[in-house]
Amino acid sequence: MVSEDKTQGQKSSVSGLQTNADIFAAFFRVGMLGFGGGPSAIPLFHREAVKKYKWMTEDEFGDTLALANTMPGPIATKMAGYIGYRVNGLMGCLVALVSSVVPTVLLMVLLLGMLQQFKDVEWVNGMSAAVVPVVGVMLAVMTWDFFKKSGESLGWQRAVGLTVVFAVLMEVLNIHPAFLIVGILVIVLMPRKRKGGAK
Amino acid sequence: MIYWSIFLAFFIPGILGYGGGPASIPLVEKEVVDRYGWMSTQEFGEVLAFGNALPGPIATKMAGYIGYMEGGVLGSIVGLFASVAPSLFLMLLLMATLMKYKDSPQVKNITKLIRPLIAVLLGAMTLQFFMTSTESFGGIQTVVLIVVSYWMLEIRKIHPAFIIVLALAYGGATSLI
Repeated sequence: MVSEDKTQGQKSSVSGLQTNADIFAAFFRVGMLGFGGGPSAIPLFHREAVKKYKWMTEDEFGDTLALANTMPGPIATKMAGYIGYRVNGLMGCLVALVSSVVPTVLLMVLLLGMLQQFKDVEWVNGMSAAVVPVVGVMLAVMTWDFFKKSGESLGWQRAVGLTVVFAVLMEVLNIHPAFLIVGILVIVLMPRKRKGGAK
Repeated sequence: MIYWSIFLAFFIPGILGYGGGPASIPLVEKEVVDRYGWMSTQEFGEVLAFGNALPGPIATKMAGYIGYMEGGVLGSIVGLFASVAPSLFLMLLLMATLMKYKDSPQVKNITKLIRPLIAVLLGAMTLQFFMTSTESFGGIQTVVLIVVSYWMLEIRKIHPAFIIVLALAYGGATSLI
């Protein structure tokens, strides 16, 4: 309750409690209703933050999304943390994070933990073996998705070229992706003279 | 120390994964399977399967669960913190600067250029999963499982959670026979 008068002067501490409850409810719903990871939950964020609670306008939401995309890491928690922070300071940020993350992690620990207890039982082991090809298919779909988006944004020639280069570097020469990503960051962000054709 | 390893295992994918949680899946796999050897590919597949079947952000479900398996409740908190806090903290800290650059072509280029890299990592993981499956089921059954689950997932658009449950049931039933 300390941080809120610093960030949003108009909130009294009673309505601050209400605000935190709203934040919790909003991001709890986003977390529990969004399947397929953070990026697919973006429309749900929009529904809560813009439509339902009117914490931000359409434009501000668009800005927030763009802002979140400038940084690496999971998108859902950046959105939740940022919106929570804007609405109710540090406390809001924490409430948003906890409500969007903790319930699903608990579910995960509960369900998977149960399965793990019996992992030496043959049929339980068979269960987890059968899930592997299915996850493979889901990964294949995601692979294609990333590849298609690359083709659309870079042009197919450059996308295929880069894919081949990355494949050789990582899978043949065994270079850790971290080095390549840092390399890309350095090359892209390095200040340089304007040459015009950077598009 | 285990907590430091957990921190690093999720900090690195969190700080490098451009394109949201799903982009960090192969990066997490590199750490927890290849580097730290906390789990086999099959076990990681299980984690991913449940991650896909349950709602919510995928990166945090992996971090929270794997952190818990390796280091209990504190491990879970460390994993979550490492995957969520650094990029969020930077974002809040650099808000004013980032607002200026969020529409700059350079920033957009980062995501564009990293996308094919993630595609390669995901593709490699896909192959690895198919190979693991071939080891346990043989080629023919693996191909059948792939075709059927693709058909259900992409053509019939059945919910992933339902397909995972079916796969679990199938695997359990066949190993009893």
